[in-house]
Order: sequence, then C-alpha cells, then structure tokens
Amino acid sequence: MDPLKRVEKDLKKCVKCGACRANCPAFSTFQREPAVARGKVALTQHLLAKDIELDDQTYLAMSKCLLCGSCVEKCPNEVPTDEIVIAAREALAEQRGLTTFHKAVGRVIRNRKMMNMGAAMAAILGPLFFRKVPATSGLRLRFPLPFVGGRRHIPQLAKKPFLSRHPEVIQGEPGKPRIIYFVGCMTNFVYTEVGEAALALFRHLGCTVIIPKDQQCCGLPGMSGGDMETVRELAERNLSALEKYEADYVVTACATCGGALHKFYPAVVGKRNPELQQRLQALAEKTIDASVLLQKLGLQPEETGAGEAMKITYHDPCHLRTRAITRQPRELLTAATGVQLVEMEGADKCCGLGGTFNVYHYESSMQINSSKSEAIKRTGADAVVTGCPGCMMQLSDGLKHNGAPTRVLHTLEILARKIRN
Amino acid sequence: MLESRILDQLKTIVGSENVATERQDLLCYGYDATQMEFLPDAVVHPGSVDEISQILNLANAENIHVFPRGAGSGFTGGALPKGGGIVLVVTRLNRILRIDTENLIAEVEPGVVTEQFQMEVEKLGLFYPPDPASLKFSTLGGNVAENAGGPRCVKYGVTRDFVMGLEVVLPTGDIIRTGSETYKGVVGYDLTRLLCGSEGTLGIITKIIFKLLPLPEAKKTMLTIFDSIDGAARAVSTIIGNKIIPTTLEFMDHATLQCVEKRFNLGIPEIGRAVLIIEVDGDRELIETQAARIQELVRPLGLVECKVAKDAAESEALWKVRRLVSPSLRDVNPDKFNEDIVVPRSKVPDVIRRIEKIQQRYDIPIVNFGHAGDGNIHVNVMIDKTVPGMEEKAHQAIGEVFQAALDLNGTMSGEHGVGLAKQPYIHLELKGAQLAAMQAIKKALDPKNILNPGKMFPVKS
Repeated sequence: MDPLKRVEKDLKKCVKCGACRANCPAFSTFQREPAVARGKVALTQHLLAKDIELDDQTYLAMSKCLLCGSCVEKCPNEVPTDEIVIAAREALAEQRGLTTFHKAVGRVIRNRKMMNMGAAMAAILGPLFFRKVPATSGLRLRFPLPFVGGRRHIPQLAKKPFLSRHPEVIQGEPGKPRIIYFVGCMTNFVYTEVGEAALALFRHLGCTVIIPKDQQCCGLPGMSGGDMETVRELAERNLSALEKYEADYVVTACATCGGALHKFYPAVVGKRNPELQQRLQALAEKTIDASVLLQKLGLQPEETGAGEAMKITYHDPCHLRTRAITRQPRELLTAATGVQLVEMEGADKCCGLGGTFNVYHYESSMQINSSKSEAIKRTGADAVVTGCPGCMMQLSDGLKHNGAPTRVLHTLEILARKIRN
Repeated sequence: MLESRILDQLKTIVGSENVATERQDLLCYGYDATQMEFLPDAVVHPGSVDEISQILNLANAENIHVFPRGAGSGFTGGALPKGGGIVLVVTRLNRILRIDTENLIAEVEPGVVTEQFQMEVEKLGLFYPPDPASLKFSTLGGNVAENAGGPRCVKYGVTRDFVMGLEVVLPTGDIIRTGSETYKGVVGYDLTRLLCGSEGTLGIITKIIFKLLPLPEAKKTMLTIFDSIDGAARAVSTIIGNKIIPTTLEFMDHATLQCVEKRFNLGIPEIGRAVLIIEVDGDRELIETQAARIQELVRPLGLVECKVAKDAAESEALWKVRRLVSPSLRDVNPDKFNEDIVVPRSKVPDVIRRIEKIQQRYDIPIVNFGHAGDGNIHVNVMIDKTVPGMEEKAHQAIGEVFQAALDLNGTMSGEHGVGLAKQPYIHLELKGAQLAAMQAIKKALDPKNILNPGKMFPVKS
C-alpha cells in the first residue's frame, strides 16, 4: 500500500492557517514555506494528487523536518505532520531507494552483533560523531551538505557496551515492581552512565530489573530516513524480546526510544496489521519514562541529589514534551538535595538534533542549537540536564561551539548520585 | 510563465537564492488560510525597500502581476496569486527598528511577527494591544494591510488605531512616506488610514510607525455562563452601559459550547446557553473593583456560573475554552467557512436569532462565537464539501447572513477583509458611486492594475 494513503485523511485536517510557523524549528532556520509543517502537508497533498513527483525538490523539502512534533502540539486542528513526513519519506525511499547513508543505518541498526563492534558503530554514527568520515566508508549523502565539519565535537564510545555488563535479570525485593529496561543504542554504546544510573535507582527502589539481551535499536534512526522496513523489523524483534518476560513496566531513559515504543510504533508501524497493532498497543501502554516511574514509585528526595551544591537548568527533549512529560523531571530535580533549578528561556524548544536531520543539515541544526546554547549560558547553570541521550550529544556539541563550560547530564545521573556514592 | 529575461532581472535585484521557481516552492506560496490555491510563476524574497521598489518598477513596466505576502495567514485570500505572477514575500524585512520610550512610538519592518513585537515592547513596560488570533505567526505588515482586529479591540481599537505613519512602495515603484511621528498632523489626505486595510492593492508596506501605550499593571479574567443568549448579550450592554469597558468580551453560543463540551468535557453546565469570557485590565486595585462590579451587574441576567481566575495559570485555564473551539468544530463537519460579520453591539441577539433561522432554512450547522463587546461575531458555516450541493447551499446561506448584518446597520467583515472570498457579496455593501470612488483610487495609484489585481473589487468581465 502507498504509504501516503495512510495519511490521506490526516492531510485533509490541515487548513493552512500557518500556526506551525510559530513553532517549527526547521522553519526558524530556513525561513521558507516548504520547510514548515503547512508546506510539507501541502506538498504531500500534491504528491497524492500526482501533480508533483517524488523528486529531488520533494526530497529536499521533506528532509527539512526534525520530527520534533512541535507543530503537532500547537496545531489547532491536530494535524499529525510528523506522521505525514514519515509517510512521505517512506514513499521517497520506496521510489528512489534509500540514501547510501540510510542504507548503512539500516544495515547496522538491524544487526546488533555488528553494532557491538566499534567499527560498525562508527559506520552508522560516523557522520554524527566523528571528525572525519573515512573516504572508504561509502557514506556519501545524496545532498552534499556540509555535514561533518572539523569543528564537530564527539562523545567517546564506551569501552564496554552497557548490555554486556549486566545479567539479564536482576532480582529485586518480593512485592516490588518488575520492570523491563529498554536501554537504547545511545545509552548502550555512548552514555553508559545513564544506564548505570537508571539501574542503580531502580535497584534502590527494590525493583526487579530485566534487561533483555536481545533488545534492539528502537528503529527511529531508520524511520527518520523513511526506512520503514527496518523499523518494522526492529519493532517486531523488540516485541519478541520484551514479551518474553512478564513485567509491570517497560522503562526507557531515552526520550527518543520512549517516543518510538509509546507513540510511533502504534501510530506508524502497526497501522496495516491488526494483530501486530494489538501487541504494539500493549507495549505502548506499558512503556513509561524513567522520571515518571521514579515519581510514581515514590523516590524520596533526601535519597537523591547532586552530592554537591549545583545550579542546573533543564532542557525538554521533544519526545518527552510531546508526551506531556515536562513536570515530572523538574519536580524530581527540584526536590533533589543540593540542586537549584533555574529555567532557561525556551526550555521546550528543540535542541536541533532531529535524528538524522543533523546529518543532512548540520549547519542548520547547529543554527537551531545556537539559541538553545545561548539560553543555557544566560542561566549561569553549572549543568544542563535533560532526559534524552540524543539531546545530550547535541547540547554538548552546541555548548562547546559556543565556548561554554556547562556540563551536560541526564536527569537520572543527578538523581542517582547519592545512591551510587 | 515569466520569460527568462524577467527572471534574470529579478535575480539581479534580489540575488538568485531569493528567487524560487521550482514547482514545490510555487505550490507552497499559493495558499493561505482560505483553503484556496493558485500557482504563482515565481516567488521572490526581497531584503530591502529598494529591492521592492525595483521589483515593482520592473513589474509595472512589463505588466506583471505582483502579490505581496507576509505569513500567508489571511482568511480571505488577500495574498493569493490568482491568475499567476510574482509572489513578493516581505518576511525578510523583519527588524524592529526602534522603540522610543519617550514618545511612545515604535518603528518596525513589515515582516516582524506580531507577538514578537508585543513581547519586545512589553519588556520596556509598553503595550501594543491589537491581538488577532494569529498573532503568534502573522506579520505586522499583514496586520496593517488587512487592518487586523482581535479580542482586545473592544477597549483599545483595531490595528488602524495604532498606525501613525507608513513607508510604502507604490505599484509604480515610487517610495512614499505617509502620516508622521506626531499624534497630530493634518497636512494632506490621510493616506495612512487609506492604506490600512487596503489588502495590498495600493502599495507594499515597508515600514510602520506604531503608537504605543503604557502596559497595564494587571489583568483579571472571568468566565461567565448564562442560561440564554439574551442574558449574555444583555450582560455585554449592561457592563458597557455602566461605563466599564472590559479589555475583552468574548462570546460563545450554545452550538459552540456543545462542540467543545462533547470533545473535551470541560464541565460546562448543561443549562449553559452562552458563555462570555470577560477580562479587565489596568491598575491592580481598580480591576478588583471592576471585576466585583461586573459580577454584580451580570448576576440578575440569568447567570448560571461565574469563574474568576486568581492568577495567570487560572486565567489561562479559562481561556482554554475559547482556544478549544477551533479543533472541536471539525467534529460537526470537516469544512468551514469562517465569516466575521459585525453589528452594533446591542444587535448581537437579533443577528444571532436571524442566523439561527437561516441555519434552519438551509439545514446547515452554523456555529457562532467571537468578540461580543464590539459586535464582531465569527459565523462558522460548517459543511462537508464532499456532499453534493452543500457548498452552494452554504454560499447562499452566507449571503443571507451578510444581508442580516447589513439590515441591522452592521458590516460584512470586521477583521478578515474582502480579498477573494467575500468578493461575490461585495455588491451587498458597496454600491454605485461609493464603489466607483474606491475603484478610482485604485486606478490612480495602480494605473496598470499590477499590484494584487483581482482582489477586493469584482473583476470586470
């Protein structure tokens, strides 16, 4: 079935009022209508009507979206432009084939063994992380945008991935919740400290923590390139990995993974297959962000804290904000001992990463990021804290560009400090 | 299609990165909030008044149609390139040039977004009141060209009341200034007021001098629910009759409330037939007294419930009812015609009753809400365009709604303008020599009819 047909009804909801112009990070940098939600909706309508083609210009317009969901949140008519863009990218990929970069992404994220090898990780995350893309890696973008400048700052890959450090089941106290921890690639390979913090907190609360070894990438890097085949495959493999265990919750500490499990799987992946949809729906209902669960389980403020007096500011990851998770992390952080939370201007604005948007439109991505970095700097905070490893990477890059010494930490890293010491 | 010679000249004027001719680009500059679409031949993004002047000079010499555009958020098609030509987007001119706290004026470029301007002046304790619903994304140039209104206009007036002077590029390419920086000024015709609401047919606005007010110290929001539409309407005239002019008096009729309630379950009592959101602003002490007095005045008028916001968060919660109207309306029918008639405020119940009759006669749902304080009612005719004959019926019903407003000494449009959407009905309101006088002005300023042609006045066949 034509992926565009999937969103045909949604397209009709858009009345072209222009409200998305106020909220779209891509529009804020490109300043042209094809970059804003309304423009992409119009183009998708014209694609369906067959008066434009899935050509370079359409590709370019559709690439200018961070899938941040800001337009969806503020849309008076509730047009799901993120799902529309995903459908258009899927149609583009079907018609034109995946870009070389996204082919590589798909190959790697479908292959956990390969991901465990640093070299393979470098291949996929290369444009995101590394100063240089080896000329032999074959990572050439169809739109030759300056995507890897020598100025990019890169987090280091962990020596040992998080998943290989712990047993699959860590027994907790009887009567306490059983949780499955969905780790996600960024935590597994880069920000392993986030995983350790999550584990420490949930063990502290007596939970039985299950970390299925055969869990996969959530698939969102593939989705952002229209590679829905990969996303579907990963969704199904994740389902089998997670369904093996009885659990009260599936916990994520990565906003993006949480967004995939909670929102995009049922909204985009399962639409054509009722049996699969039912299972994805069940998974979505169990999925919970770590901050929400910690609050629910009554994490005591006096047990948490920075261990030192610390002024922090909080950045809302798009994929928490669009799931209305903005209050919980702030409440937890404010209550933590030693922590002083100061709000930055535009805390709810996208950091500019937008999955692979950052790869194709690096300059624009950093332009979106620069107002974020400025806002963080103005607070005078020692650290910017957030709930998404993807944002953490982008924020670090931006702050270093802006010459700010501000540290970048995950909410859980702050909360777990006292417990881990 | 524009000749390549013309495109080359345009590129020389604004730079090739600011001239777009790809089909995808053209499609994205052919729509606005009316849901009509036309394909332009080129989209240009000039960066200065001189570039705009050169473009118009070229267009005038070569007989090419030019359609000025801001955010493209209009409701009547004012920015739509019907018949093709050049869409001239002014949003690169987006600087606030100065805010003068001694003379309480500001000078801005047309591409500045309304809310951004408001936030900047408010930082200095000043106030720019016009607040069209689109203020988060609409541009000030568009606001002036359409003479935008908004809820606060009942107390403060519309955009026109804040425009002191303009810089305008005429269709021939000449750059003129109108008005002045002084409150008083009577030399020559008042071209400033002529250009406010001229819908981009007389010139392209490139600078605006606005009058500012001191920012009121505080505001207070109340949501009042009445058991009849008459009660709500009488509340409006009673409040104003008692010499209190609230900042806003927003009205929602029963059909609107049903839509919102059905979708969002806000807990509006069943017997509620109309809602008024009343806001007062001013000195902290004064607004407390005013709010108390208003509650006293409306209580005998069939008041079911009155919620008073204690702080900004509660005020926001009360306004939510109003903001949820738009998404709920789609549950009635997928397509809507959003008209904005005005009647003298005492005639609001009369016009609502007449609209109810029209609705029954045509069997089309009509939902009314809007700015009761100044008699400006948003009449939403909800239809399903896929049902054969429904759109035609809607057009007839709309004609009757306009006639009803005119019969009650009102007007067809308070905020949205004529553009393309209301053109078929303009003869109901503008007649004979009056229409001819307007057309003579257009002809004098735009002899070749190149600037936003086919808007406002019916095209002679």
